[in-house]
Amino acid sequence: MMVKLLSGDKPGSVLLSLILLGIFLSLAFAPFLFEGTRALDTAARICVFIVLVASYDLLLGYTGVVSFAHTIFFGFGAYGVALASIHMGRSFEALAMGAGAGALGAALLAAVIGLFSLRVRAIFFAMITLAVASAVAVLVSQLSVLTGGEDGLTYRIPRELTAAVTYGQAPEWRIALPEAVAPGTEEGPAMLTLGGDRISGKIANYYLVFAGSLILVLLMLRIVNSPFGRVLQAIRENDFRAEAIGYRVVSYRIGVTVLSAVFAALAGSLFAIWLRYVGPDTVLSFEIMIDILLMVVIGGMGTIYGAVIGAVVLMLAQNYLKDLMAGAATGLADVPYAADLLNPDRWLLWLGVLFVLSVYFFPTGVVGRLRGKRG
Amino acid sequence: MADMVLETRDLTVQFGGHVAVDGISTGFRAGELTAIVGPNGAGKTTYFNLISGQIAATRGRVLLEGRNISRKPASTRTRMGLGRGFQLTNLFPDLTVYENVRLVVQAHQRKGGRLLRLADSDDHMRDMTHQALDQVQMRVQADKPVSELPHGDQRKLEVAMLIAMDPKVYMFDEPTAGMSPDDAPVVLDLIGRLSQDRSKCILLVEHKMDVISALADRIIVLHNGALVADGAPRDVMASAIVQEAYMGRAQANV
Ligand SMILES: Nc1ncnc2c1ncn2[C@@H]1O[C@H](COP(=O)(O)OP(=O)(O)OP(=O)(O)O)[C@@H](O)[C@H]1O
Ligand SMILES: [Mg+2]
Repeated sequence: MMVKLLSGDKPGSVLLSLILLGIFLSLAFAPFLFEGTRALDTAARICVFIVLVASYDLLLGYTGVVSFAHTIFFGFGAYGVALASIHMGRSFEALAMGAGAGALGAALLAAVIGLFSLRVRAIFFAMITLAVASAVAVLVSQLSVLTGGEDGLTYRIPRELTAAVTYGQAPEWRIALPEAVAPGTEEGPAMLTLGGDRISGKIANYYLVFAGSLILVLLMLRIVNSPFGRVLQAIRENDFRAEAIGYRVVSYRIGVTVLSAVFAALAGSLFAIWLRYVGPDTVLSFEIMIDILLMVVIGGMGTIYGAVIGAVVLMLAQNYLKDLMAGAATGLADVPYAADLLNPDRWLLWLGVLFVLSVYFFPTGVVGRLRGKRG
Repeated sequence: MADMVLETRDLTVQFGGHVAVDGISTGFRAGELTAIVGPNGAGKTTYFNLISGQIAATRGRVLLEGRNISRKPASTRTRMGLGRGFQLTNLFPDLTVYENVRLVVQAHQRKGGRLLRLADSDDHMRDMTHQALDQVQMRVQADKPVSELPHGDQRKLEVAMLIAMDPKVYMFDEPTAGMSPDDAPVVLDLIGRLSQDRSKCILLVEHKMDVISALADRIIVLHNGALVADGAPRDVMASAIVQEAYMGRAQANV
């Protein structure tokens, strides 16, 4: 059953399986395991980026096609939901319509870019996507009547998905602690209490994002293990021979570009549902494109699981490295240089160091390393 | 030339000023094994590339069963029944032996567009793949990555991939080059058996004269890109032009 859900694509190493299981459980129970809105927000972003990075992996890792326009497709899905919610009013229909329209738009644009550039040469495609990415970014900030320009758009989503609605209390789990570990209070034996918070629509929203992401990832896992997926791998390995044994390489490249754009757009839609805001900086910026590239490389290309690892690692680093460093800097306040080096303002430097180290030690990504393959 | 499976008419390609294939007009019948010979650089591989669509012709046409396929991409020609084998090893190195062959079967059955099935769930495809591997006695190596195979086995795999295509026209480009004395007979026997099938048209680029005399129904000789001799093996081997263009080199090669 499990293996079937994973399309027979087992993680291929015990450690990797455990890590993935850990990530899955943490995300599945995030609202009850971690405290605070920031943690939940990070968990939701991780879900969305896993889908986004996996969809990019379809292109880069499985087919060997380099694209710089992935954020545009992400943006299509996000703006689709935003615009539909604004113009149709807050409703689930608006979310569905927006996501559908965004995915369709992304598919069409991807098909056009692919038709014009992939017929020529794969490198030409990379250049075209770069040009289109800049053009769309400019367009979005200029067309402020429609897109809200640099300010972006805020909109309302169904109440059921916001903190305004309460579905009840989370069950409290009480775990009796042995006396030796935690001495009892006057009232009785020591208890560790978990949960007990209000279950709000925000949590329902999180589960929408989580379930959507899970389905999309499983679907991509299926696609890479399908006959089509195998052709993609053949093209990556030897496109000349793939053509010679009877696969029209251009068509497959265009096909996977379209598919990957659709998945990216759906990730964007989930993101927009979660954030209730879209803007050029949150979905279209070049920084996000770079994040995607980093996540694919850190996690390991050509293994959907790599996207999972890469997204988790980088997202946590980006969100918590600053805090960690601030803590460490205070702790080391008396040590010369160390405190200065750990100044939270230098977090980007450390992120860079982390990246270089990970590429140096895991040239095939974390997943490649755990599976025991070397570059 | 109604009974020709494959035909080339005035087929020519020029690289810069160099004419690599020079106006070759000839045809190949079903049930016939034609050996293509000529010294290094004569244009044999380039002639193959023009037929199977790896490069575009400067001039001339290729006809498969009477249809002009000169403008079709290589993948289409393959699906129409041209089975092209390569002289230089040209496989999918990180995929397994099994997967290399299975991909060929899948292309032949036109199932590459399937998105939601599992690649290896098709019993018929699996059987076809195993059969092709059995033909070259490589079933035991099915799960090995191709990059780990010795050269001779990679050449055998190349042949298995051609078999898996089940084409109308087989194009072997020096299939036994670099093979051990143990492996070569496996492949040559196989080609011999294929040539018994009266529906198959076989083109074989080969340097070794003993192989040619054993297998070929006909020989064509290329020299500087042009077709310079064509006929029954015995006649062609005896002709003066072949002695000059080819035999000197072949003898040195044996
Ligand atoms: N793509 C190309 N660009 C330029 N020149 C080429 C190209 N392909 C082949 N040639 C030239 O065309 C000529 C014919 O080469 P080809 O490989 O067809 O010879 P061959 O008969 O197969 O030789 P061999 O017996 O060594 O395999 C050679 O001079 C080669 O350098
Ligand atoms: Mg050659």
